[in-house]
Amino acid sequence: MKSRHKKLILIAVVLLALGAVAALVLNAFQSNLVFFFSPTQVANGEAPLERAFRIGGLVEDGSLRREPDGVTAHFRITDTAKTIPVTYKGLLPDLFKEGKGVVAEGRMNPGGVFVAEQVLAKHDENYMPPEAADALEQAQKSQKTLITPQDSASTQKGKQ
Amino acid sequence: MIPELGHFALILALLLALVQGVLPLVGAARNNPAWIAVARPAARAQFLFVAIAFCALAWSFLSNDFSVINVTRNSHSRLPEIYRFTATWGSHEGSMLLWTFILGMWTVAVTLFSRHLSDDMVARVVGVMGLVSFGFLLFMLATSNPFLRMDMAMDGSDLNPLLQDPGMVVHPPILYMGYVGFSVAFAFAIAALLSGKLDASWARWSRPWTTAAWAFLTIGIMMGSWWAYYELGWGGWWFWDPVENASLMPWLVGTALIHSLAVTEKRGSFKAWTVFLAIGAFSLSLLGTFLVRSGVLSSVHSFATDPTRGLFILIFLASVIGSSLFLFAMRASKVGLGGRFALISRESFLMVNNILLLTATGSVLLGTLYPLFLDALGLGKISVGPPYFNSVFIPLVTPLIFLAGVGPLTRWTQVNVPELAHRLKWGFGASVVAALLLPFTQGTWQPMVSLGILLALWIVVTVAIGVRARVRTSAGWSANFYGMHLAHLGVAVTVIGVTMVSSYQVERNMRMAVGETVTVQGYTFRFDGVTDITGPNYTGARGTLEVSQNGKPFTTLHPEKRIYVASGMPFTESAIDYGLTRDLYTALGERLEDGAWSVRLFHKPFVVWIWIGSVLMALGGFMAITDRRYRASRKKGRAAA
Repeated sequence: MKSRHKKLILIAVVLLALGAVAALVLNAFQSNLVFFFSPTQVANGEAPLERAFRIGGLVEDGSLRREPDGVTAHFRITDTAKTIPVTYKGLLPDLFKEGKGVVAEGRMNPGGVFVAEQVLAKHDENYMPPEAADALEQAQKSQKTLITPQDSASTQKGKQ
Repeated sequence: MIPELGHFALILALLLALVQGVLPLVGAARNNPAWIAVARPAARAQFLFVAIAFCALAWSFLSNDFSVINVTRNSHSRLPEIYRFTATWGSHEGSMLLWTFILGMWTVAVTLFSRHLSDDMVARVVGVMGLVSFGFLLFMLATSNPFLRMDMAMDGSDLNPLLQDPGMVVHPPILYMGYVGFSVAFAFAIAALLSGKLDASWARWSRPWTTAAWAFLTIGIMMGSWWAYYELGWGGWWFWDPVENASLMPWLVGTALIHSLAVTEKRGSFKAWTVFLAIGAFSLSLLGTFLVRSGVLSSVHSFATDPTRGLFILIFLASVIGSSLFLFAMRASKVGLGGRFALISRESFLMVNNILLLTATGSVLLGTLYPLFLDALGLGKISVGPPYFNSVFIPLVTPLIFLAGVGPLTRWTQVNVPELAHRLKWGFGASVVAALLLPFTQGTWQPMVSLGILLALWIVVTVAIGVRARVRTSAGWSANFYGMHLAHLGVAVTVIGVTMVSSYQVERNMRMAVGETVTVQGYTFRFDGVTDITGPNYTGARGTLEVSQNGKPFTTLHPEKRIYVASGMPFTESAIDYGLTRDLYTALGERLEDGAWSVRLFHKPFVVWIWIGSVLMALGGFMAITDRRYRASRKKGRAAA
C-alpha cells in the first residue's frame, strides 16, 4: 500500500513537472518565432509592426550607402516588384553585395524603414538564401513578367 | 585508374556489409556456429575495402585528379597539401565515405576487444553494425558516389575558404567518431532486444563504448564551437544554428544514456529505458548527419542536393528508427524494467537527470525541425532564434547542474535526507554567499551571473566533499569515480565561461583611421593601417593593431581580409589574443576611404573556459573508460569461457 502511494506521488510529480516544462517550452517557442516576409508583403502592410521578422530578397544595385561613422549602412532590399529601405548598424557579412541575395532580421520603424539587427551571411558565393529565392519567385509569379534579375531565382533554385 | 579501384572497393564493401549484416544475425537466431563465426572476418574485410576506397579518394585529391567531379568541385591545384587531404571529407560524398570508414573502425574495434563476450552476442552486435554500414554504402553508391568522373577540368573550384583551417583537419573525424560511436551502443541495445538478455555484464560491456563515443562527440562539438568563434569573424561561440543543434541533440541523449547505463550496471534498473536511450542517441546521430550533410539545412556544411538523395535518406532514417522502435515495443518487456528504488535515492535523481536532458533534447528538436516541417508543407517560412533556446535551456539546466552536485554524494536505493542536508549545508551556504559577492569583482552585479557562479561553485564544493570522503575511507583509486568528478568539474568550468562571456563581453564595431586609437576595457588599440598580402591561393589585406595596456605595449594583432582567387570569395580572418581571464578579439570589416577600415574590437572575458570545460568533460569520460572494472571482468570472462 505504502509503495503504491509513493508511486502515485512520483507519477503526479513527474506529470506536473512535465506539464510545467511543456508550458515553458511552448510559451518560449510561441514568443520567439520569427516569421519571414517578402518586400511585397511588407509593402502591402502584411508584416507586423510590433515584433521582429525577417525580410529577404536582393540588395538593390546602387542602393548601398554608408554613413561617415563607417559602420551604419543604408541599402534597399527588393524582390523586383517592391523595395524596402533598410538600415543596419554593424559590420556587414563578407558575402554582402549589391545585386546578391540577402536576409535581414529586425523591425519596421514608424518611418517605414526596416531597422535590421542582423544581416545574415551565407557561406558560399553562389548560394542564394532560400528565403530570398522564395521572395523573388513569388514576386515574379505575381508580376507575370519575364524580368529576371541577375542570378535569377529559378536557376538558383536548381542549385539548392 | 585509382578512382575506379576505389569505386570497385566500395562495391565489394557493400557486398561484404550485406554478408556481415545478414549471416551473423540469422546465425545467432538459429544458433548456427558457422554463420556466427562469419561476423568477425566479414567485418574486418569490409573495413579493409572501405579503407581502400577512402585511400583512393584521398589519393585523387592529393594528386589533383581533376577528372573526378568531387575533386574538381572541392579542391584546387594551389590549395595547400594538408587541405587537399582534408578536402577528402569536405564534400557530401567524401563525408559519407568518412562516416562509413569510421563505422568500420568502431566495428573492427568491437571484434578485437570482445573476446570475453559470448560469440552470439558479438555476432548480433557486429551484424547490426553491418546493416547500418550496408545502408550507408548503398546510399553512397546509389546517390553520392565520390568517384564519378567527367571530362578533365583545367583546375578545381577550390575548397570553401571556411574549411581551409587547421581546425577542420580534425573536427569532422572527431565529431564522426562520436556520432558513429553511438552505433556501438545502438548495436548492443538491438542485440539485447534480439536475445532478450540484458544483465549487469551487458551494461558493463556497453558502458566504455558509450562513454568513449560521448567523449569524442564532446571534443567534436567543442572544436566546432571554437572554430566558429575564430573563423566566422564575429566572435560568437554558439549560434543555436540547426547544424549545431544537430550535434547537440545526440550529445544530450548520449549524456542521459551514460548516466542511465550507470544505473543499469550498478543496480540493474532502468533496463528498458537504457535500451530506448541507446536507440535514441544513434537515431539522432543519423538525423544529425543527414540534416547537416544533405542540404536540408543551408549552412557551410551543406551541399547541392538532389531529390533522390532526400528520398533515400528519409527511407533509411525511417527504416532504422522505425524497425528499432518496433523491435523495442515488441521485446522491451522481455528485457524488463529492473530493480526498485525509493522516492529519494540516487536512482530517482538520475531519473530526473534523464528527464531534464530529454526535455532539453525535445525542445531543441522542436526548434530545429518545426521550421523545416512548415517549409516542407508550404505553410510559410519561419525561424526560431537564440532567445527561444536560451529561455528554455536556463530553467532546464539549472536543476540539472544542481543535481549533478548532489547526485554523486547520495546512496543507491534510499537517501537519508537529513544526513545529506547536514553534509551539504556549509558548502551550499558558502556557494550562495560567494555567488552573491563575486560578480562585484567584475563591476556590475547581475542576477544571471550570480546564478551561473552559484551553479559552478556548487559543483566544485560537492566534488570536493565527495573526493574528501573517498580519500578518508581510503577506498583507493577508481578511474570511474574520478573520471566522473573530472567531467562534472568540466561542466562547472564551462558554466563559468558561458556566464561571464554572456554577461560581460564588450563588442565595438567602428571605423578606424590610420593612427587612431580606441580603448576597450583598459586595452588601447591603435590601428596602423593594412599591408597587401599574397597567400598560396588568396590575396588580401593584413591589418596591424598595436595593443597597449596602461601605456605599455602589450601585443600586436594582425587580422586579415582575404579574397580567394578561384572562388572570388571574400573572407575575414580574425586575430585573437587568448587569455585565461579574457580574449581580445579583432577582425577587419571593410575598406573605407583614406585607408580607414571598419573594425571589430571585442573583449571576451573567460571565453576559453567554455572549451577548457568541454575538454575536461571529455577527459573525464576517457579516464572513466580505463577503469579496472572493465578489464577485470574481461579476465573473469575469459576464465569462465
